[in-house]
Amino acid sequence: MGLKEYTFTEKIDTRSGFGVGLAELGETNPDVVALCADLTGSLKMNAFKDANPERFFQIGIAEANMMGIAAGMTIGGKIPFTGTFANFSTGRVYDQIRQSIAYSHKNVKICASHAGVTLGEDGATHQILEDLGLMKMLPGMTVINTCDFEQTRKATHAIAAHNGPVYLRFGRPAVPNFTSDLPFEIGKGILLQEGTDVTLVATGHLVWEALEAAKVLHEQGISAEVINIHTIKPLDDALILQSVKKTGAVVSCEEHNYLGGLGESIARVLAMQHPTPQEFIATQDTFGESGTPAQLMEKYGLNTAAIVRKSQAVIARKA
Amino acid sequence: MASLETLQQLVPQVRRDILRMVHQVNSGHPGGSLGCAEFFVTLYNHVMEYSTDFDMDGKNEDLFFLSNGHISPVFYSTLARSGFFPVAELATFRKLDSRLQGHPTTHEGLPGVRIASGSLGQGMSVAIGAAETKKLNGDAHTVYSLHGDGELQEGQNWEAILYAGAKGIDNLISTIDYNKQQIDGSTDDVLPLGDLRPKLETFGWVVIEVEKGNDLESVVKGMEAAKAASGKQKPVAVLLHTVMGNGVDFMMHTHAWHGKAPNDEQLATGLAQNEETLGDY
Repeated sequence: MGLKEYTFTEKIDTRSGFGVGLAELGETNPDVVALCADLTGSLKMNAFKDANPERFFQIGIAEANMMGIAAGMTIGGKIPFTGTFANFSTGRVYDQIRQSIAYSHKNVKICASHAGVTLGEDGATHQILEDLGLMKMLPGMTVINTCDFEQTRKATHAIAAHNGPVYLRFGRPAVPNFTSDLPFEIGKGILLQEGTDVTLVATGHLVWEALEAAKVLHEQGISAEVINIHTIKPLDDALILQSVKKTGAVVSCEEHNYLGGLGESIARVLAMQHPTPQEFIATQDTFGESGTPAQLMEKYGLNTAAIVRKSQAVIARKA
Repeated sequence: MASLETLQQLVPQVRRDILRMVHQVNSGHPGGSLGCAEFFVTLYNHVMEYSTDFDMDGKNEDLFFLSNGHISPVFYSTLARSGFFPVAELATFRKLDSRLQGHPTTHEGLPGVRIASGSLGQGMSVAIGAAETKKLNGDAHTVYSLHGDGELQEGQNWEAILYAGAKGIDNLISTIDYNKQQIDGSTDDVLPLGDLRPKLETFGWVVIEVEKGNDLESVVKGMEAAKAASGKQKPVAVLLHTVMGNGVDFMMHTHAWHGKAPNDEQLATGLAQNEETLGDY
């Protein structure tokens, strides 16, 4: 079986996809408002702010207040997008999100940049690896982790059209922008590469790494199916099960702790419906540290080489 | 706007509802609820413009947010007696499958409630958000909120107080239930709040003080003064001096009844002190 070729003309950060998407929404949807806790530039929210100053709310370094204001702004029909780093979007304000947004079912879009170790040199205080777990445990919360600029831009539009609280996770490093021709629908995974020996289910920055791993495996005579799960919750169970029933082995790939992440969600589905050997590309219940994104991805086993190794390992475990 | 006579009839009935609700399930928070009966009755029958045909967005009406959600009994009684839902439903308070959860929530769709509260310190931020949206919508109505004084120990309040003052959120009237009691004792024993008036004024708020927060005429005048002070580039705070447990002599002037229900005998004593004016649920 031949491999589909994915090409890109540039590497660009996913947060810029959010910034462009938000600016586009500013033009098309008068109900969209944006709130930021002193990170307008980092979140790429300046274009929205400049074009819609009356709909942009600078909250200052006060994330708890930002979440509450966002919840309140929905009352009267606004669609608030909050912007700050992933750590300050989740862990710092968990109870505010839980009570004022999730339990109260407010139509707030929590948009989080600088997730995971690829934040780089700032180190572990800022590199949250627990946010997907925190957010997916909240009843009614939709959780999305996008893989490139274009997917993030499309997701930004999609969550504005979706009624209910959403956590949208993206990041800082420049990564290949290759999904221009692919659709984006909340809750629908994308089959990127067809294969027969192992299923790689990847989210966020690990999607490109998984595509690269599939190429390496192909050269070794291993046929890898690659699925992009951008919506961690609700999970596209059907797409994963359909693939795993064919391949009999799965490697989940994410820039997150293996506790609470995409891998655990997949394991739950498989345990209940189709028990299957699984390996986890994820951090192993540890904090991050300072370093370049590439160094950190290598050290914490979050790159192409690691996916290749785990693919070989999981195939060896097949009965 | 209801007459003072109408308000006077409502207050003892709301107190009876509070006592009977918490007694029935042997749980809930009568102390703060009783202390705020005059405030709630005044707010919903004299101050706020609203429709009982409840709509979450609440456009073109005044809104109220209860931040100290544990005083849900007084909130529920007032909503029911204002026509948001049948008074008989008060009998379901804190029971399985009820819309009247221990702390107020939107989750079960109870008309009149626009946000969950209970985990303290979050309501002022929400009220500010609703006030910002009213401004964006060109809606000249006012957003009201209520907070416990002990609740001000939660830091998020001070983020909100700073923001509202700095940004001139002048369609917001936040009342502090200034009873100086909290679960573990007096606020002075637990963590002194200091002098709230200058603190709030320094943060850019207009402060209206109601010295007799359990006197209907004083509450009416205070809330009218607050309304008159709004719309002038500053948020308005009302320091409502109340007595926790007001209207039931053995519950007054103590934190002991913050979160404790009366037994049968105590209920009878409390009810004997409050006339059944409008019919019990």
